[in-house]
Amino acid sequence: MIKLNINNKNYELDIDPDTPLLWVLRDIIGLVGTKYGCGVAQCGACVVHLNGEAVRSCVTKISRAAGQNVITIEGLSENNDHPLQKAWVELDVVQCGYCQAGQIMSAAVLLRENKNPTDKDIELAMEGNICRCGTYLRIKKAIHLAAEMQRNGS
Amino acid sequence: MEIKPGKKRLNIRHAKFAIIIIFIVTVSGLLTSGFRSNTSHEKAWVVEVNNKDSIASVDAFMKVYQVLKSPRCMNCHPAGDIPLQGDDSHLHTMSPIRGKDGKGVYAMKCSNCHQPNNSAGLNTPPGNPKWALPPEDMKMVFEGKSPRELALQIMDYKRNGHKNKAQLLEHARDTLVKAGWNMGAGRKPPPLSYKEFVAAWDKWNNNGGVAPK
Ligand code: FES
Ligand code: FES
Repeated sequence: MIKLNINNKNYELDIDPDTPLLWVLRDIIGLVGTKYGCGVAQCGACVVHLNGEAVRSCVTKISRAAGQNVITIEGLSENNDHPLQKAWVELDVVQCGYCQAGQIMSAAVLLRENKNPTDKDIELAMEGNICRCGTYLRIKKAIHLAAEMQRNGS
Repeated sequence: MEIKPGKKRLNIRHAKFAIIIIFIVTVSGLLTSGFRSNTSHEKAWVVEVNNKDSIASVDAFMKVYQVLKSPRCMNCHPAGDIPLQGDDSHLHTMSPIRGKDGKGVYAMKCSNCHQPNNSAGLNTPPGNPKWALPPEDMKMVFEGKSPRELALQIMDYKRNGHKNKAQLLEHARDTLVKAGWNMGAGRKPPPLSYKEFVAAWDKWNNNGGVAPK
């Protein structure tokens, strides 16, 4: 039996400890905001927070998450009002949307650790998140805007 | 017999010289004995000197060097701040950077992809709980180093992660060093077996850790 906390809810799962966390989130719990892109840690579509770190859930076995806290895009904020989510809407960042949950979860770690990131900081943090629609420039703009909102307390 | 003044002065000079010599011998004897707790220590020291074999040491290091320069070791001891990847040691895709502690930055920390164990499948992220580059203030670069440069670096306490001889010997047994031989599917192992590497490492160190010319 594996116990873990996902989006502030406790779960007990009778499951093979080698099951990837992404499978558990999508197929067992039903949290489908996190996406499957490559399955081998190459694209970033599956990024969730494990104790606050932006892990790739496709290669993270559920055994690593046992007894830990997981936050997915659904749990990033109470009312979809994280500064990143607001900035994303304001600048209409999304094209097809497939990569965007992973993009936002990665950006959230950046903004927690760096309140005023430069273009360079954003590039360093976001290099591992691929967007096949090429929304990179809007993502960068939106992270700057979200950082500003966060600094202004909005 | 009449003692000539000149002769007398000579005798006094001799006497002074003898006193100085006795003084030096006594003081140096006292000083050196201060570093010795007993006579067996002196024996151990002599044995150690006799044990050093610079040819065997250099010979062993050249084996060690082949391993350290192999992608499995060198890829995480790059000259720049981005690790290398693959058997051809290309720059790591996604350009993750070292960060202060060697564990990456922001959303690009090593352990976000590198799990405690290897991931399944060809060329997927290899894993170890300690996965990291050397830290920013102690980069321990292997890439681009000649055998002499690398040997001197490893023997230099200020550049080797502050390791003394015992810690260097211990380091070859470190689980992250050992992980070089648990490379995951699609990667070549280092040119020596782990056992051969440890034997060469020990031989190099125990024979004086001599750097090749
Ligand atoms: S699906 Fe996990 S990184 Fe691509
Ligand atoms: S918005 Fe389509 S992949 Fe990024």
